[in-house]
Amino acid sequence: MGDADVIPIGTRGRPGRGSRSAHPSSAARGLAPGAKPTRGPADEPEVEQPDDESAATEGEQPTTGIPLGDWHAALNIAAREVFGDQWERRLAEFLAFLRHRLTGEYAVDEYGFDRELTERFVLAMIRPIAEKWFRVEVRGVENIPADGGALVVSNHSGTVPVDGLVTMQAIHDSTERFLRPLGADLVFRLPMVSSMARKTGATLACQEDAERMLNAGELVGVWPEGFKGIGKPYSERYKLQRFGRGGFVSAAMRTGVPIVPVSVVGAEEIYPLVGNVPSLARLLGVPYIPITPFFPWLGPLGMVPLPSKWLIEFGEPIRTDAFEAGAADDPMLVFNVTDQVREAIQQTLYSLLMERKSVFG
Amino acid sequence: MGRDGRVVLVTGVSRDLGRRFARTLAADPSVDRVIGVDVVPPRGDIGEVSFVRADIRNPIIAKVIAKEDIDTVVHMSVIATPGSLSGRASMKELNVIGTMQLLAACQKAPNLDTLVVKSTTTVYGASSRDPAMFTEDMGPKRQPRAGYAKDAAEVEGYVRGFARRRPDVRVTMLRCANVLGPHVVSPITSYFRLPVVPTVLGFDPRLQFLHERDLLDVLTHAVHKDVHGTFNIAGDGVIMLSQATRRLGRVTIPVPPFAISSLGSLYRQAGRAEFSPEQVALLTYGRGVDTTRMRELLDFHPTYDTAEAFADFGGSLIHTVNRPERMLTGLEDALTTVTTRGTTRGGDNG
Repeated sequence: MGDADVIPIGTRGRPGRGSRSAHPSSAARGLAPGAKPTRGPADEPEVEQPDDESAATEGEQPTTGIPLGDWHAALNIAAREVFGDQWERRLAEFLAFLRHRLTGEYAVDEYGFDRELTERFVLAMIRPIAEKWFRVEVRGVENIPADGGALVVSNHSGTVPVDGLVTMQAIHDSTERFLRPLGADLVFRLPMVSSMARKTGATLACQEDAERMLNAGELVGVWPEGFKGIGKPYSERYKLQRFGRGGFVSAAMRTGVPIVPVSVVGAEEIYPLVGNVPSLARLLGVPYIPITPFFPWLGPLGMVPLPSKWLIEFGEPIRTDAFEAGAADDPMLVFNVTDQVREAIQQTLYSLLMERKSVFG
Repeated sequence: MGRDGRVVLVTGVSRDLGRRFARTLAADPSVDRVIGVDVVPPRGDIGEVSFVRADIRNPIIAKVIAKEDIDTVVHMSVIATPGSLSGRASMKELNVIGTMQLLAACQKAPNLDTLVVKSTTTVYGASSRDPAMFTEDMGPKRQPRAGYAKDAAEVEGYVRGFARRRPDVRVTMLRCANVLGPHVVSPITSYFRLPVVPTVLGFDPRLQFLHERDLLDVLTHAVHKDVHGTFNIAGDGVIMLSQATRRLGRVTIPVPPFAISSLGSLYRQAGRAEFSPEQVALLTYGRGVDTTRMRELLDFHPTYDTAEAFADFGGSLIHTVNRPERMLTGLEDALTTVTTRGTTRGGDNG
């Protein structure tokens, strides 16, 4: 038997078409744009190139670009506009903030509340909207306890829960305290919303979390009307819906914290809800799909809230520490206190409405 | 011999944490003997631990317990991933049937007085309806239907049954948070070892960790401390997943929830990470456990909090370059020098 002939398949790692030619084809050369075929000493032009380029840019600058001095002056003025007179220090502070946001060097509490983000980003964004757009007037701030646990109970309206955010901002600006909202489980099921909710201090509206927060001395906010409140049609504005099952009252009773009723006027008019698409809502698993006079007809423009005038009044706290032990398990008593809170909010709503000159006044 | 000369049986010594725990225990002067049991021999050095190659899935284990006159059993072979086993079926068999056999053997052992079981906080599940912090008397909002979470729940059920049948045995169940450490190989550590970390789009879960050294400490503590019951074991505090990846300087890709399982199978084929349903749930909704009972009743205080445990684990990884951070640091330095110059100039003027 003679030796078998080995017929090479492929190029054996050499460039080329497999035709055993030592030189690559032009197509193969085109595939590797960086590697130019070296035919001679290629060092000379490469060394010279950078010099050429820099000379070219230097030469061109005065003719096409704005002079460097002008750029500097413009930046200086812009920085002064944004950050004030001591802009270098402010900007450095801002950059430090950005940097430790980027490196994750900040703390969150056990509920995922990111104090820094809430204070410097979320509340800072709401503040101009609340002050300039809705011209919020806050009353009865003295009714919010300066320390210790308290349960803030508010009416809910406005299709999108903007009222909760504005209440948070109003409380923070007048008392330096953070309102810790309790949200429905839908809030924690929706993407984006869920991650933002925990970071701004919210947690699930359940007995365990409510009591845990109140025992820790937090200012807890509940909107017992829930989706029935924010998703109600415009024709039913300022009519309080059913107040859930009164779980918030029993939580306050068990922990002995005062209940602070809050009435928010103005939020009903920001997105007047005139219609709903129940079938689509069921399909998407959300409580309602809002239709307002402007949404979805005007697209993103329809998402701009109407500039109604807002009044927020904090009512007198209702004490729950005077009840005897076990009162929280007495359903009749819980219902009575729930009604009392509801009545207080409804009455204040009516008197605030009487006082308000017009919706946009 | 009394309580001082303990004879301890440790299951699951072929894996790193089990082996190291058995070694630590063997070095303890109040422990006479440590017998390690597993299906495969341990890879590392087991020191003074005597190893018995036995499958806890068959009755041989009863003979070992009777012959060695064992008074303490530490059960830590409930595993989260099939790993070297051939698949989910044998993993379930080892977890559930193994525990049943072990407990049956324990029930027949008259001298047994202590049973310590390493369980997991996975038994609480993770969902949008979870309270922020689970206490020991709460259960999962949705019963797990498959996988590790179901195994762990079943194992706990059998352990509770055993505790009822043998009230003279002190049963301590430790529900440990995800264990982190430079040497730990688990679904969560291989997840963070990925060069590019996929996250669930729009969700930022809270995570709690336990350092591997604290795990060894708490197991030793539970062997000696005369308390029984179920305890959540975790480091203090929580960190968000976004925070964790930023601290590692990792690049993340947010993946829509429906795509995460197909991505998971891709990673599994590459052998890089495991995306089991309970892992995906944890990465979506996160979980926190309350450790008040651990502090007050068990009187155990972890050395590492969650953030420190994570930092120690992160130190062992190769950091990807955090370009924006370096740029910002540079800018900040430049501005601070400008500011100090600015203030001295201002002083001159005034």
